[in-house]
Order: sequence, then structure tokens, then C-alpha cells
Amino acid sequence: MAFDPADRYRLSPRVGLRPEPFGALAYHYDTRRLVFLKSNDLVALVRSLESHASAADAIDAVVDPTTGRRSAYVTALASLCESGVVEPLLEPAA
Amino acid sequence: MSNIPKTPPLVEQLKGGLDAPICLTWELTYACNLACVHCLSSSGRRDPEELSTAEAKDLIDQLAALQVFYVNIGGGEPMLRKDFFEIVEHSVTNGVGVKFSTNGTYLDRAAAERLVALPYLDVQISLDGMTPEVNDAVRGEGSHAKALEAMGHLRDVGFEDFKISIVCTRHNVDQLDEFKALADDHGAQLRITRLRPSGRGVDSYHDLRLTNPQQRQVFHWILDHPDVLTGDSFFHLNALTTETGGPNLPGLNMCGAGRVVCLIDPIGDVYACPFVIHDEFLAGNVRDAGGFAHVWQESTLFTELREPTSAGACASCGSYDACQGGCMATKFFTGLPLDGPDPDCIHGHADEALAGIASGSAPRPSQDHSRPGAAVPVALTRKH
Repeated sequence: MAFDPADRYRLSPRVGLRPEPFGALAYHYDTRRLVFLKSNDLVALVRSLESHASAADAIDAVVDPTTGRRSAYVTALASLCESGVVEPLLEPAA
Repeated sequence: MSNIPKTPPLVEQLKGGLDAPICLTWELTYACNLACVHCLSSSGRRDPEELSTAEAKDLIDQLAALQVFYVNIGGGEPMLRKDFFEIVEHSVTNGVGVKFSTNGTYLDRAAAERLVALPYLDVQISLDGMTPEVNDAVRGEGSHAKALEAMGHLRDVGFEDFKISIVCTRHNVDQLDEFKALADDHGAQLRITRLRPSGRGVDSYHDLRLTNPQQRQVFHWILDHPDVLTGDSFFHLNALTTETGGPNLPGLNMCGAGRVVCLIDPIGDVYACPFVIHDEFLAGNVRDAGGFAHVWQESTLFTELREPTSAGACASCGSYDACQGGCMATKFFTGLPLDGPDPDCIHGHADEALAGIASGSAPRPSQDHSRPGAAVPVALTRKH
């Protein structure tokens, strides 16, 4: 499913995240794929996805709008969605 | 993700080492029913000091605490251990996935059914030739048939995406398309890796290694088959990108020894990588105080391996950034300096030095568990 910032997402429960100096290593236990999360902000964003109504909201909460890096995080999340590290969450936020 | 500039390039950070390995190989036993001529651990006879079941489980608990996501289990033939399933089941139920390598001899229908029922488990069947003639010359008589039988069992029980693992040699390199078809036919994934002069490979390397044209052939074949796994083992071939102007092979373009990978041998010795079972690359033992984590995080050897490396004799070559000087283990066991070109340097920069190494003067592995008289000579005539 294509990534849509308007949808709600979460870190897949099938994925292990290991903190590293560069960010984190993500391991998907089903696909056995290793993915590198190359910044601590991205790791924080991924962990926070579930608590926001949409990925866009989660990005806004993490990214300083004055630095204008928003599109980079959208790209990063789309890539993580493609590899199954993050997945759509269809229930509304609690 | 690469466009979020926060930290130095990932590869540079990985070279500095991580708190735990990304990929760890654990040889469960030196016992093996086969005697492959290129066996990287010179396996054959069980070592009396091998880790007990309790020690093996404790090691898994240590790896789980370090968030090592999976281990590559090998040997020897790991299925020869009576507690093989007990160890594997303890690992996968504690969050440490398992990929294990086997020659397939003991992977019968019952074993296949037990394996397919386990989560987080992957199997890799070793095969080094599409025909018994090519395979058995390296792996021993009857080994081709046994490997094919095991693959059949895995397919029959519906084990998806198991791996068929080939060590590329000058005798099987023309069979890559057939290996790929074999894997596709079994619903399996093909994995091809580089031959190293490690273990008994010190004696067979020169007869089995790829020729320069064959190395080029493999480079292009890998680029044409992105779904084939390589263990990132052919990164020395990236030197070809200075000729092709094209992309690198996929994967981490670096030597991971002691930085992101290591080997735990059957008696708990921790080496920098699976291909350097030699005292010079021994970092410690998991039975030492502090266990595996202490060895990984504190050993003098691993600390040194994580320091920036010198390009040495390769510094003046325009390909160094692409090939990183190649494989440490391959240089070591062919008697070449570690800060110079790989013996399989695609530009031939090691040829002269290699020719100058006196026969028998290169380092030998520090241990040998070969069964007396069991070594199979390479019967194939040397091609090219």
C-alpha cells in the first residue's frame, strides 16, 4: 500500500529496533530484512507515529518547520512503509 | 533516508563498530560428516571442549540481551549436535532469529516438518555444483544427492524462501543460471558467496579461485540478478566500477570483521570473522568473565580493527574507494600484507606480490579438526 501522510501509521510489531549511535537498526522478523534508520530524529518519529492521528501530524511534532526538512521525513517514512518497518494503522487514535 | 544529514556517513560509523554485531556467525560444532576441501573451519571431528547445551542457551540469552536479531548457525554440520533443535528453539523463542547452514544429510522429511513449524528460522543448503561431478569433487561423494534430497523435503513441506548457498569456484561459475533455476524451482532463494583461502581452503584456494575473466562475469551476473543474495562478500569487485562507470554491487561496501560481524566457534572462541580462524584474530572467549559482550565491546583486537585503516599500497590506485582493498582474511591466508591489494584484485595489482610468496610460507589456520585421511582431493583439473 502506498504511503499517505494523511493516514495513521505505527512501527510494525514484527520489527525490532536497536538503538545505535547513528539512529537505529531495524530488523523485520518476517522478511528478515535489516534497515538502517539514519538519524535519532527519524527513530523518535517512527516510535511516535502511533500516538498521532496521521503521519503528517507526527512529522509536524518532530520536525522544526523553520528548517524545512519535512519532505525528507515523508520520503523516509514512505521507504520504511515499503519495507514494512512501519505499517498503516486503520483504527483512529485513542 | 540518506537525505537527512545528521550524522557522518553510515559506512564510516559502522567501521567504528557497534555495541553489538549486526550479523554473527556461530559454529555449533566442529563435527562434520563431510570433508569439503574449502571448509573454512577445517571441520570433521567434534572438539571435546564444545559449549554444553546450558552454555549454548546462556549464550543465546546474552545475544538476546544485546538485541542481536539473528545468528547464522553453522559448523561443522550443526544438525549433528543432539541438542540442535533444543538450541534453535531456545533461540527463536527468545527473539534471536536463526539462519542455519547445513549440507542437508540429516534434513529428512521429519526434520523438514519440524523446521517449517518454527518461526524466525531460515535454512541454507550448501551446494557447490549443479552436477555430482562438479559438486562432489569439492564436497565429497554423495553430497550432491543428499543436498538435493534435503531441498526436495523443504519444498514438499512448503518451506518458502529457504536458501541455496553456493561458493563460487572456477568450476561452477558457468552454472550460475542453472543454480538460479534450481532455486526458483524449489521456491528458494539463491545465495552465492566468495571463496576464501580459510580453513582447508588454504590448500584448495589456488585450484578453485575464479580467474580474472570469471570474476568480471560474476560481477555483471550479480548486477543482473538483484534478488540473488551475496552476503556482501564480493565487494572487492567494486573496483570494476572505475571501468564500467556503473553502480556498485548492492550491500555494505566494507570489511565488517570485528566491526559489524564476528564468529563464535564451537568452543566459544570469538574471532573477527568466519574466515579468520587464526590466533592473530582471536578476540577472546565467551566463557571469559563478562561473556560475549565484554569480548565484543572491550577486546584489544576488535578495538584495533575499528580504528581507521590505511590504504597502504592501494593508496595510489583510483579504485580504492570502490573496493576498500578487499578481504582481510583472503589477504592474510595468502600471505599478503593486510594494507595492500586483495589477491583477487581485479586490476591484477596483487599478482606480483602473490607470485613472490614462497610455497608453504603463508599462515596456516590455528586449529584443524579434520578427520585423518578424510580430505577429498580436488579431482577436477585446473581450468584456464
